[in-house]
Amino acid sequence: MLAWTIYISFIGVLMLMLLPREAARAARIIALLTAIAGCVVAFAGAVQQPNPGIVTTIVKVPWIPALGANYFLAADGISLVLVVLTGLAAIAGILFSWNIEKRTKEFFAFYLALIGAVYGVFLSFDVLLLFVFYELTIIPKYFLIARWGSTRKEYGAMKLALFSFVGSHLVLIGLIATWVVARAQTGHASLDLLELSKVSFPLGFQYWVFPLVFIGFGILAGLWPFHTWAPTGHVAAPTAGSMLLAGVVMKLGAYGCLRVAMVLFPEGVRMWQNEIAALAVIGIVYGAGVALVQRDFKFVIGYSSVSHMGFVLLGLATLNTIGLSGAVLQMFSHGIIAGLLFAVVGRMVYDRTHTRDFNDLQTMQLGRRLPFAGVTFVLAGVASMGLPGFSGFVAELQVLMGAWKVFPMATLLAGVGIVVGVAYTLRALQKAFYSDTVAADKFGHDHPLEPISVPERIGAIMLIAASLIIGLFPGLLLNWIQPCLNSPLFERLLKGGSM
Amino acid sequence: MNYLEILRVAAPETALAVTVLMVLAVDLIVLREESVARRFGTGALVSILGCLMAAVFTFTRYGDANLLNGMLVVDPQTDFLKVVLLALAVFTVLISTSGKFTEHVGEYLALVLLATIGLMFLISAEDILMIFISLELASLSLYILTAFNKRNARSSEAALKYFLFGGMSAAFLLFGFSLLYGLSGSTNLPQIAASLAGRGLDPLLLVAIVTTVIGFGFKVAAVPFHLWAPDAYEGAPTPSAAFIASGSKVASFYILAKILTLGFAGAEGSAVWQGYVSGWTPVIAVVAALSMVLGNLTAIVQSSVKRLLAYSAIAHAGYMLLGVLANTPSSHSALLFYVITYALTVLGAFGVVTVVEAATGGDAMANFAGLSRRAPGLSLCLLVFLLSLAGIPPLAGFIGKFFLFSAVVGTDAEHLGLLWLVILAIVMSAVSFYYYLQVLKQAYVLDAAANAPAIKVPPATMFALILLAALVILLGCAPGLLLRFL
Repeated sequence: MLAWTIYISFIGVLMLMLLPREAARAARIIALLTAIAGCVVAFAGAVQQPNPGIVTTIVKVPWIPALGANYFLAADGISLVLVVLTGLAAIAGILFSWNIEKRTKEFFAFYLALIGAVYGVFLSFDVLLLFVFYELTIIPKYFLIARWGSTRKEYGAMKLALFSFVGSHLVLIGLIATWVVARAQTGHASLDLLELSKVSFPLGFQYWVFPLVFIGFGILAGLWPFHTWAPTGHVAAPTAGSMLLAGVVMKLGAYGCLRVAMVLFPEGVRMWQNEIAALAVIGIVYGAGVALVQRDFKFVIGYSSVSHMGFVLLGLATLNTIGLSGAVLQMFSHGIIAGLLFAVVGRMVYDRTHTRDFNDLQTMQLGRRLPFAGVTFVLAGVASMGLPGFSGFVAELQVLMGAWKVFPMATLLAGVGIVVGVAYTLRALQKAFYSDTVAADKFGHDHPLEPISVPERIGAIMLIAASLIIGLFPGLLLNWIQPCLNSPLFERLLKGGSM
Repeated sequence: MNYLEILRVAAPETALAVTVLMVLAVDLIVLREESVARRFGTGALVSILGCLMAAVFTFTRYGDANLLNGMLVVDPQTDFLKVVLLALAVFTVLISTSGKFTEHVGEYLALVLLATIGLMFLISAEDILMIFISLELASLSLYILTAFNKRNARSSEAALKYFLFGGMSAAFLLFGFSLLYGLSGSTNLPQIAASLAGRGLDPLLLVAIVTTVIGFGFKVAAVPFHLWAPDAYEGAPTPSAAFIASGSKVASFYILAKILTLGFAGAEGSAVWQGYVSGWTPVIAVVAALSMVLGNLTAIVQSSVKRLLAYSAIAHAGYMLLGVLANTPSSHSALLFYVITYALTVLGAFGVVTVVEAATGGDAMANFAGLSRRAPGLSLCLLVFLLSLAGIPPLAGFIGKFFLFSAVVGTDAEHLGLLWLVILAIVMSAVSFYYYLQVLKQAYVLDAAANAPAIKVPPATMFALILLAALVILLGCAPGLLLRFL
């Protein structure tokens, strides 16, 4: 059933392609209905899953027998969490791009193609199939940004596309080498993730192939120092684009790190564990520090994504159950919260004021003139800072608890990152919404801003509610994640950990 | 053995030769007073029927044969490749039909078919004399096809360049072949290998290897023998360039692999990292590495799309050479898969360029601006072709690369000795993404000049392009369909 999340999205793409060019309204409605249908299927499929701890096959048919590749879709708890996240993010993104007037149907066609490919990555248990979906996301991303973006859009889009492509090619080298070595060892060709995870690759091989694949995927997860695509890409993207980039695309990278690199090469992870943790912490502190000094509102959020994704990578590096479950929870939480933050900056503020410069914004008294945007940003900021009650808190707390057992020093530094996070969020909040600076009336204060529309309200409320629900009842997702981590798939990865 | 037997085995080629005469006759006798478009239409119809006829003969042949000691060898694999060549010829004819580059319609179509006959004989040859003769038949036809746009000086220049380089390469090839004959006393490839076996690498054999590689290096446009390609692709009428890049490449790679693996069996050497042994594989490895690097890096700075495709063809020749040097059954079929899907893709890409060139008067990047608005179907086809060339899944180009690279790495699973070449290839193919995306950026991101009219795509061309794009997608999603013939 979950496979229909993919098919529905691509059916939506086809329907949009057949629409006449002028039918902008119809395009929006089709896109929204497709996204809702996808999300409903995702929820229903996730709830129906009998046991999230085991990998439940959805469909498995031979695809390329010569390579041992199958069309193999399946799901375990971790996939479920991310599939549900994708469903929510897809709806929210469409609600916040309701005002796209330029080539509407093409925008939503690329958008739904991206969503369909993302679902595909999260549900693939054949390494080649996962790779196919992973690369399939690159093209829609490029066109969404290059065509509908803003600041330096062509540069940002090309940078993102090249970073993604280079990353996925590192993965491809690792994949081919893995296939050859596994075939030599087991005597038959296979690309099945479950089968490959049972192969014991030689230590010397794991030593070089693990970092290759991990960095390949990590580039998309915003792994420092390969994160530089993220701020420029996020800033250049249209609102829905940055919501998806931060909300689900960065998760693709982290998911690939966990699902492919770490599961296949458990000894390789242990050899590089400290280095990964170090890069993750640098990412957390660096991202937060740079966010603190930005003048562009959207760059603040862009760098904050790098910082928050650092927590995911730190959680992965802990190699214990609590750290890993924190990492997966953080993927979900950041997906929701970053989406919301970008929605406020891109749609609610920038589309109305046409500026994102704090020096301009602080003269506009947006807190008074756009109270809904202000309140939304307060809630999203609070959630982003990691205050109890929101999802960010449970996620980051678990990551830090897991990390404390393995790298106490790094954990302290990550804590500093959280404090800086509070600082940059408050600074952005104060400058953008609640500043009382009175300056020359350059932007026409009394010129009324277009009020916050209904789709925006619905989208914002949906995302805030999701973050609150998970913050208050983290068990909803942890009941999916934790049985997974105790399953045979992760056994080799976690057995040497400190728990 | 009698002449009837030869006629039976060479029925497809014979049918095609008869078609050549018919095309010429019809054009000369019946259509003299008609318009060019009309003549192209009728001529194309006759040619396509001839190709279909030849394909039917290929399929209905019974029993494998090896005539005149390797002069004409047919087995299921050569049959399939001949059908592929015929299909490529049909697609070339289809994208030519709207051409305005010549009034000599009959001659043009006849030369396309003659080149196809040469390539078909080439596929079937296991004898160095026959290889040389059929290669010359194909090459001479292609030189003239390059020069066909008489009103354009660049076309003549390109043809002259192609001809001179090609003549040189033929001389090298013949020199190498004469050494081979002198060393072994035979012109048959397996017999050459048998008599060379156990003699080690004597200097004459090394010279023969190097000159053969040079000769075919020109044919497949591998660095450093590539200089003719960009000019020929740019100057030639676009459908001619499409056939040079597709049909000629398929046959050349097939026969190069055959000569090296059959004729030089026992002189392979090794290109394994830190395990180098002299022989023909290290020579090919060097040529392949140079082609991948130079082709991809030079393509980045091109502003003409045809030149860009030429440099990308050089880079792709580098990838394909990896399949030649790996020299295992799986790498051989991976090579054929790659070269066939590449041929289909590049033919499609040139087809799109043909239309754009006809509508906008040039093939510069800027001529593609706003194509997605001016011709949505056409630019969707372009998207498919270029992404397949870049190796984006699930298109045929990606699966081809995966087959090829995994087969190459798999030849030495113990030490992954050829991984260095594959890493180079993959890194370079990451570079290639940039320039393909530049063209797509023009089509999908930038806007055409205000009030640029919609582009009308001729129905025959559109039909061919849609078919090619569908094939590229289909073979990417279900590669087994093609793989089982190889």
